[in-house]
Amino acid sequence: MKSSEKEFVAEAEEILEEAGSLLLVIQDTYKEGVDPDSLNALFRAIHTLKGTAGLFGHQGITDLSHAVESLLDEIRLGKIAVSDDVISFLFKNIDLLRYLVDGVKEKRQTDVSGYLAEIQAFRESISKAGEAQSLEGVIDESILKVLSEYEEHRLKTNLKEGKGIYILKAVFPFTEFDKMLEEVRGKIKSIGELLSTMPVSEALPEDSIGFNLMFGSSHPLKELEETLKFEIHTLVEPKSAVEPKPAVEPKPAVEPKPVPGKPPERPPQLAEPSLKTTTTTVRVDIEKLDRVLSTIAELTLARGAVKRIWTEMAEAYGHTPLVIDMYKITQTLQRKLAELQEQVLEIRMVPIGQIFGRLAQVIRRHSRDVGKKINFEMFGEDTEIDKYIAEEVIDPLVHIVRNAIDHGIEPAEERKAKGKKEEGTVTLRASQWGNHVVIEVKDDGGGINTEKIRQKAVERGIIKADEEVHDKELLELIFTPGFSTKDTVSEVSGRGVGLDIVKDRLSVLGGFVDIVSEKDIGTTVTLTLPITLAIIKALMVKAGKEVFAVPLSSISEILTLQEDAMQTIENRMVYNLRGEMLPVTSLKDIFKLTDNVTGKAFIVVVGFGERRMGLLVDDIVGQHEVVVKSLGDYFKGIRDFAGAAEIGKHEVTLVLDVESIIEGTLMRKGSVHV
Amino acid sequence: MKYILIVEDSSTTRAMMRSILEELGEIEIVEASTGFEALRQLPAYKFDLIITDINMPDINGLELINFVKKDPRYSHIPMLIVTTEKSEEDKKRGMTLGADGYITKPFQPEELQKTISSLLKL
Repeated sequence: MKSSEKEFVAEAEEILEEAGSLLLVIQDTYKEGVDPDSLNALFRAIHTLKGTAGLFGHQGITDLSHAVESLLDEIRLGKIAVSDDVISFLFKNIDLLRYLVDGVKEKRQTDVSGYLAEIQAFRESISKAGEAQSLEGVIDESILKVLSEYEEHRLKTNLKEGKGIYILKAVFPFTEFDKMLEEVRGKIKSIGELLSTMPVSEALPEDSIGFNLMFGSSHPLKELEETLKFEIHTLVEPKSAVEPKPAVEPKPAVEPKPVPGKPPERPPQLAEPSLKTTTTTVRVDIEKLDRVLSTIAELTLARGAVKRIWTEMAEAYGHTPLVIDMYKITQTLQRKLAELQEQVLEIRMVPIGQIFGRLAQVIRRHSRDVGKKINFEMFGEDTEIDKYIAEEVIDPLVHIVRNAIDHGIEPAEERKAKGKKEEGTVTLRASQWGNHVVIEVKDDGGGINTEKIRQKAVERGIIKADEEVHDKELLELIFTPGFSTKDTVSEVSGRGVGLDIVKDRLSVLGGFVDIVSEKDIGTTVTLTLPITLAIIKALMVKAGKEVFAVPLSSISEILTLQEDAMQTIENRMVYNLRGEMLPVTSLKDIFKLTDNVTGKAFIVVVGFGERRMGLLVDDIVGQHEVVVKSLGDYFKGIRDFAGAAEIGKHEVTLVLDVESIIEGTLMRKGSVHV
Repeated sequence: MKYILIVEDSSTTRAMMRSILEELGEIEIVEASTGFEALRQLPAYKFDLIITDINMPDINGLELINFVKKDPRYSHIPMLIVTTEKSEEDKKRGMTLGADGYITKPFQPEELQKTISSLLKL
């Protein structure tokens, strides 16, 4: 992909993410009155997408966003009322746009004509409210001609609702006008609706700038002057508050109705993006940050060399002042390199709230689709995680969340019968545990039926009919490839992603998944992820002539092999570790290496608790900090490797995926039946 | 050297316009992502042309045109509206406010270059 294309995709993704969250806000609040600012911001987002896509020649995205924009235009101009149907139709189309933007990355072409026709049909199916009200004679023409069509519509709406129309005059010193103007605009938005920002007509001092802010509000002039503390004059008086307000009439839930206006009291939430965000943040391609990390890793190697030279000099010449100076320098280097590395890693961190926001959308839409009432709670949104991991973990999370909605939460009648609240609850919780982030997806549904899993497992010959298996182990089985009971795998999504894929994805990231389920209480799926995988400390080991990297975080100890402690039980190697029988696999066997090496061998103990095993290796090379790179799509199917790491300039080492090796070794008892 | 101010909230569109315009030669481009930023840049340069979008956060393109054309210090600067075909009505309004031309997105690079050349009297 060309870099300009990448820029386009990045911007388009950002726009669509914003559009999604704006639509969520509208969904949450429209019954109390549509917030015109959110609606207009949503319109603008799609408008910008259309313009950019057009310039880059992405016809499909241009056409579709044009159609969505037209629909949104009618909505913001009050011609189409906001309703549940309209909102879910918009959600669907934002998803489609997302899919098309993905298509740019994957060079996939999609014919959008069907979708365009659908939008056209949708627009025609909705009756439109006319807007026949003239502003002539009510508002001065010199003001009217400055307004955009949308602002004119908002002005009419304000008048229709009996709001007063005012103009506030503000003159600021030029050097600080943006901050001060934004403050006034924010205040106005909290007591009414800002309609237009215009210049003042009279001459002003050279170093100042003046604004006439036109706004609508139901408050009387006196009150406004007290709150805003600016010179204000009235264009149209508000209708007296004694008149009954039409907005209070009972509201049917679904039936489309004219868009009610903004309620008078609304905190100045969702103000337009402040100037600060546009000027102090930069968007950086994650690959560029990866390159910085690679450079740091190389520098770390260079520092190692300097330190080695220092050691040799100290041995040869003793601690002369020069040698001591050199020592100090290597110490500073080490400290500063560590700081640098930490800072770069910090740049890659994003709050997990970003993912939760997207999941919230999935939950709301999906629960609507399947007709279940679901209450969604989230905690720990500020927990930070590496951007790359965040992106990789979103699909597994979507899968888990959909499962919770489809199969976890029971239908309302069933819940009532059990004496539970009719509304189900899905909780997302993130927290940091040392170098890991734990994400918990919890539902208060019926729990997973372990009896069904047992049946299925017996059918498949994974366990014997009379075999004693703990519920915990039965639950583990749902992570086996192709293992699906209706209770565990979503068929609604139609994507066929099983929990085994979830497990594999996490394993590649160096994380793991755990599931706890209790009948009628609910199910909790816990994902444990490293905060960052960019740089890991690894032990370099040798098997035959090959060098592999084992992540230090998964090693519990390293032993020199004592031949007499090694035994073979039922064709499997075990090692007597202080009286405990530790399963052992030789790395050479795993990778079918045939080189014969003599001399002492080592056992690297990996994993924790019950999931512990020994890796038999021929030699220990040393410890390194490595930047783990993905092996790429070409090697996607290969197990046992988490990625590749560059050590030194052009040497590449494979990093072992310890989780999958443990899996392969410990699960072998299941393979007897295959 | 001619100075051009591009007011546009999409950074990729700004970048693309910049690369198209820089082909015209002796041109210095200043970018603004919002109307406020544009107002801020005005006294800092002697602009020969302002290109503005209509739909933008904070003050919109029409409001910006109004500001520039009402201010005797800047009213001589030609202004070009660059926006999508959707905003037909708004474009007309922009012209009544004193804009000197408009061009519709998406546009061909040559089209933009030609319009700019004629506005700059190159």
